[in-house]
Amino acid sequence: MIEIDSELCKDCKLCISVCPHHLIEPFNQLNQKGYAPVIFTESEHKKEDRKCTGCALCAMMCPEIAIEVHRA
Amino acid sequence: MRGNHVVGEAAIRAGCRYYFGYPITPQNEIPEYMSEKLPEAEGGVFIQAESEIASVHMVIGASMAGGRVMTSSSGPGISLKQEGISFLCALELPAVIVNMSRGGPGLGNIAPSQSDYFQATRGGGHGDYRTIVFGPNSCQELADLTYEGFNLADKYRTPVLVLGDGMLGQMMEPVELPQEIPLKKLPAKDWALTGAKGRASRFIRSLILDPIKEEEHNWKLMRKYEKITREEVRWETYFADDAKMMVIAFGIAARIAKGAIKRLREEGVKVGLLRPITLWPFPFKAIKEISKKVKHFFVFEMNMGQMLEDVKLGLEGNGEVHFYGRPGGVILTPLEIARVISSQYYQKRLG
Amino acid sequence: MKKVFGRPKSLKATPFHYCPGCGHSIIHRLIGEVIDEMNLQEKIIGVPPAGCAVLAYNYFDIDMGEASHGRAAAVATGFKRVLPDRIVFTYQGDGDMAAIGTAESIHAAARGENITTIFVNNGVYGMTGGQMAPTTILGQNTTTSPRGRKEKTEGFPINLSEMLAIARGSSYIERTAVNTPANILKTKKAIAKAFRLQMQGYGFTLVEILSACPTNWKMDPVKSSKWIDEVMTSHFPLGVLKDNSGDKKDAH
Repeated sequence: MIEIDSELCKDCKLCISVCPHHLIEPFNQLNQKGYAPVIFTESEHKKEDRKCTGCALCAMMCPEIAIEVHRA
Repeated sequence: MRGNHVVGEAAIRAGCRYYFGYPITPQNEIPEYMSEKLPEAEGGVFIQAESEIASVHMVIGASMAGGRVMTSSSGPGISLKQEGISFLCALELPAVIVNMSRGGPGLGNIAPSQSDYFQATRGGGHGDYRTIVFGPNSCQELADLTYEGFNLADKYRTPVLVLGDGMLGQMMEPVELPQEIPLKKLPAKDWALTGAKGRASRFIRSLILDPIKEEEHNWKLMRKYEKITREEVRWETYFADDAKMMVIAFGIAARIAKGAIKRLREEGVKVGLLRPITLWPFPFKAIKEISKKVKHFFVFEMNMGQMLEDVKLGLEGNGEVHFYGRPGGVILTPLEIARVISSQYYQKRLG
Repeated sequence: MKKVFGRPKSLKATPFHYCPGCGHSIIHRLIGEVIDEMNLQEKIIGVPPAGCAVLAYNYFDIDMGEASHGRAAAVATGFKRVLPDRIVFTYQGDGDMAAIGTAESIHAAARGENITTIFVNNGVYGMTGGQMAPTTILGQNTTTSPRGRKEKTEGFPINLSEMLAIARGSSYIERTAVNTPANILKTKKAIAKAFRLQMQGYGFTLVEILSACPTNWKMDPVKSSKWIDEVMTSHFPLGVLKDNSGDKKDAH
């Protein structure tokens, strides 16, 4: 699973473009800097059995080092 | 020993192990000497860089790493180094920069001149800064002042300029060379960038975007320059005690003037010489002091009137100044300048 | 659950000031990871550029010394000659490397100075607002080539890495990009190899990294990523331009 630091995210959407399971989505709440940070949506897609595999492509792509990745 | 070689040897004895330069007449013997001697010295590095710009930036890197480092050039090359000199001051880095001045402006010629006084003492680069400037007038002073330059540069964390000229660089005189400083006796530098081993990382930079902090940095530099002004001014007087007219000259012009004054004194002309040895800090107090007794001054320089302005600043209106300058590399003989001085002396009814 | 991805130790906790999607942020992180993995934090010295990354010392927890625009290769030469057993690298943009600093770049490579240059190529002068750079491609619009770069008036872009590969003192030159995770991994490996070869005394090493500048390209970050693949790489082909290390082709 991943943790996104919403205060670091600048909404560049590069993580969204590389996630193979489409588990990151834009969101409409602003952070302190005025960006609308993206959110990790695994919990919303549990029914479809879409799970984060910890591939870390999102974290590798993220310029802000805003994503921490945890794997079992 | 030849002046240019003296500079190199004195630098090495002062612990300089890094020299980065570029060919330009009349100082080519300096890089040539360093290319010969530095690889023989422990840790010595000589690079003939691709330009005077590149060499001054190599100086910056080597100085940041904690080394005693030197570069040299002549007027046009020193022009190229101006950004680097501004950076050295802003970054508070020690270095010695030697200028063997030639005729200018532009490409000029390769004859000796003193037309880089403004360039040396008025910045030349951007921003509020000063550099210590030495004006040697003999091979012995080239040795002593180059050597001392490294010590002052380290003491104050500021670059030192040695303002020579083509004649000093080429002339051959007997010299007593200073004692070699063993490298381990050099002052430690707790600010140098050496890789953050066993300590927090540090950085050296001059970009200070916050105007309030940049202002404070400027004041810090100014306080340093004020301290140098109080403690490092040097000058010499010659036949000053009963003088009715004082010649003010520096470097090779002062050497020529001394010869003239010796001759004139034999004829009963009461003329003396004040020779600034540090061109910055300039001996303003000494000039003001002398102007209490002497009202006539004769400024002789091999340029169109540069140190002249500092003399007038120092006098604060307390004296008449006559200026005699010969730019372009023309070198007067003592006899020729003696005639001009005595002519002025008698015109002013001093004798 | 175990954390498998986080911030490198040799980067300070300071959030980056770079624009959303900027390649600098990614490259800083990769350098931080390499410094961590190769244990270089105590023996590495970096020289930042004049440009958006001028404040690099606010991010890297290593010794860093400022250079004026274009002169990093000369400053790095000074460092390395005084401290030959430290790793010295410059971090420069395309203006720094290939406009004002061309002479310093070429001569450091020609002399075989044992330094590494990280050359961030985003085809514009980013910090100053997007002016034309030596690596701006023909037809590209910038604030000083508002009609698009034209052969007749603005001339051709420069492929500096290819030029430096000709210099006999250069030993390893690779061009990578940071627009996709695969390219990001290749970039990290190239940086590590460059530092490794420096430690082994191979001479001048350089990694040129095609990097997005979404703000001045006037594209969003995802489009910028694609533009690197679709347009930039045909003018600046990715791959190893020189490798004297004896490694198998394209090995890291």
